Amino acid sequence: MSPRNRPLSPHLQVYRLPLLALMSIAHRGAGVALALGIVLLAWWLGAIATGPDAYAAVQGFLGSVIGRLVLLGFTVALFYHLANGIRHLLWDAGWGYELPRAYRSGRVVLAATVILTIAAWIAASVWGGR
Amino acid sequence: MELRTPLGRARGLGSAKTGVGHFWQQRITAIALVPLALWFAVSVIRLSGVDYAVAKAWMAKPLNATMMLLTVSVALWHGVLGVQVVIEDYVLGSVGKWIGLIGTRLLGAFLAVFMAVSVLKVAFGG
Repeated sequence: MSPRNRPLSPHLQVYRLPLLALMSIAHRGAGVALALGIVLLAWWLGAIATGPDAYAAVQGFLGSVIGRLVLLGFTVALFYHLANGIRHLLWDAGWGYELPRAYRSGRVVLAATVILTIAAWIAASVWGGR
Repeated sequence: MELRTPLGRARGLGSAKTGVGHFWQQRITAIALVPLALWFAVSVIRLSGVDYAVAKAWMAKPLNATMMLLTVSVALWHGVLGVQVVIEDYVLGSVGKWIGLIGTRLLGAFLAVFMAVSVLKVAFGG
């Protein structure tokens, strides 16, 4: 079947996504990021099983500027996907579909993501082994 | 050309019996991942920057090995289901879609076995 060149609605180029739509696509984006991040976890676990040299290589990468940026992104994605995932489970249970409530829970998720991310990095610098 | 609508063709055939399987697995793994993710976050925070001996001793403890095995296996299960949906939604064209879907499963299986072997090797004192 040949594609029909009809305008799509709402067209992404002229339609500014509302907060709830942005959070919805960000949930998927964070999920894909976490799926990629599990490769990093596999590297780390494999290094512990392999030996001190392999472990030093992982720790060297994680301690670099790029490594730290990757870890920061992983932290944000983890807490966002976790908090927003709980919101999705509540929706699955039938709670919170009303627009004001959906916006409020969305802001709670965003606040939780920021607070948990900052708390995790402070905790890591205080309690971490470094 | 088929004049009947997809609904018209499907009507009366009964359910495919597996319609809600993906949905349920995604939700059950999501529920399991709430405590697992929190345990994981606390653990890696405490392990950040530790030297090799400390990390190895940590993973050798049965409870830590158990929780790590559960976390990686459930996370991979959940992740493969999630990436599957993303590929189904956004990858157009059947060749790329099937390469993506099959590749996701195979890569997920590899990572699951690799991480299980790694955790168990340390847990059993290797």
